[in-house]
Amino acid sequence: MTRLLDAMAIWKRFGALEVLKGVDVSVTPGECLVVLGPSGSGKSTLLRCLNLLEPITSGSIMFDGQEIANTPRRQAASLRRRMGMVFQNFELFQHLSAEDNIAFGPIRVKQTPAKEARELARHLLRKVHLPDKAAAFPDELSGGQQQRIAIARALAMEPALMLFDEPTSALDPETVGEVLSVMQELAEEGMTSIVVTHELGFARRAANEVMFMEAGLVAHRAPVGEFFNGATPDRVVRFLNRMHS
Amino acid sequence: MSLFQPHLLGQYLVSPDFFRGAVMTFSLSITSLAAGMLVGLLLAVGQEVPLRAVRAVVVFYLWLFRGTPVLLQLVFAFNVLPAFGLVLPGFACAVLALGLNEGAYMAEIMRAGIRAVGPGQRLAARALGLEEAKVMRWVVLPQALRIIIPPIGNQFIGMLKLSALVSVIGVQELLLVADQTASGNFRYIETLTAAGLYYLALTTVFMVIQSMIERSFRRRPGPRRATLAAPALQTIR
Repeated sequence: MTRLLDAMAIWKRFGALEVLKGVDVSVTPGECLVVLGPSGSGKSTLLRCLNLLEPITSGSIMFDGQEIANTPRRQAASLRRRMGMVFQNFELFQHLSAEDNIAFGPIRVKQTPAKEARELARHLLRKVHLPDKAAAFPDELSGGQQQRIAIARALAMEPALMLFDEPTSALDPETVGEVLSVMQELAEEGMTSIVVTHELGFARRAANEVMFMEAGLVAHRAPVGEFFNGATPDRVVRFLNRMHS
Repeated sequence: MSLFQPHLLGQYLVSPDFFRGAVMTFSLSITSLAAGMLVGLLLAVGQEVPLRAVRAVVVFYLWLFRGTPVLLQLVFAFNVLPAFGLVLPGFACAVLALGLNEGAYMAEIMRAGIRAVGPGQRLAARALGLEEAKVMRWVVLPQALRIIIPPIGNQFIGMLKLSALVSVIGVQELLLVADQTASGNFRYIETLTAAGLYYLALTTVFMVIQSMIERSFRRRPGPRRATLAAPALQTIR
């Protein structure tokens, strides 16, 4: 199957610091790729490189059959419209209600008429199981609710690919489940996504492929069943075991 | 001649000259402040531009206008600009000097407001596909505005009194009117008290307007926050 995203030999340096040292990553349409790895292994940086929030030092990023690695700033913005991103700290716009946060992208980026954008927002609020929170402001919502609104905000742009950057790491344990179940529903609907997370349970349930990163390199990549049960390198197994304890 | 004559004070308070002086003070303050906010916004955004030359111009501006007395700037605009063929009426001169000076201080207030909006907010806006200018316009500035209203209110009130300096270039604002009136009859107590009362009245108006603006920005009043606690209580039961 043709790949929606195919990044090869991604290098990223911040001054003398080498964060990514030749990473290959790819997803086919409808696939959910989970990226695991210790903190500082370059997972978040990788996501930001893929949607051009961070310029890469070298490498190639094919997205939807097009090389995007060296896109100038201006066109980079329009490419990002087709990749939704969800952040660890939600980053909902604090001055806007939940509905306005979701309608924001369509209105300000796609020039969708406000009425239509709000209808879409209400539809997405139902999709993330928060139909009654349209008027709520971010500081009135729990972390789990905010993150689900943030997912809806990204979906409002109708992206071809969703990037999740540790979406549950900043949440209280009791709200992690509601966010993961929304993400799992999306994966089951066939939303192509790359998920950086420490949630092994989610990886087992929702992922098609699992990739393990360490020190700026891909240490191991395998289909989900094989990753958790097959011939996985020892150090990956040790990491997984530590996460269970 | 008694020390204080209340009827004289009353007479000044309702005199057309004092009223016109107060109107002049008010319009001078508002206009200079508006000019200052515009200049300040440009300077503040200029400091966020990733071009060293632009930032250098901003720093030079701040250094120049904060580093010299506003009275000097005022007299400079009035007495030196004509030598370069730029003859401005007193009011325009006053707005030019006060506005440019105010801009330097506004820039710092606005910069603080812009910086107070976290980098994650910008990142989220960029991730949606917004261009940099739109990130500033639709995400950063609306949030910064809420933060900078109280210090801008301060500047408003400061400007009201700063405008008295303009009397030195002959603009007929409150203090000059009071001074001229007193120079005729030496009733300094009544004239200055009348001017002082006008200043206090104007300051009061400004303070009321400020609190109205702040209230309109605080869209979520107390009671709505209180309802938030309700579900938590239910779970306890």
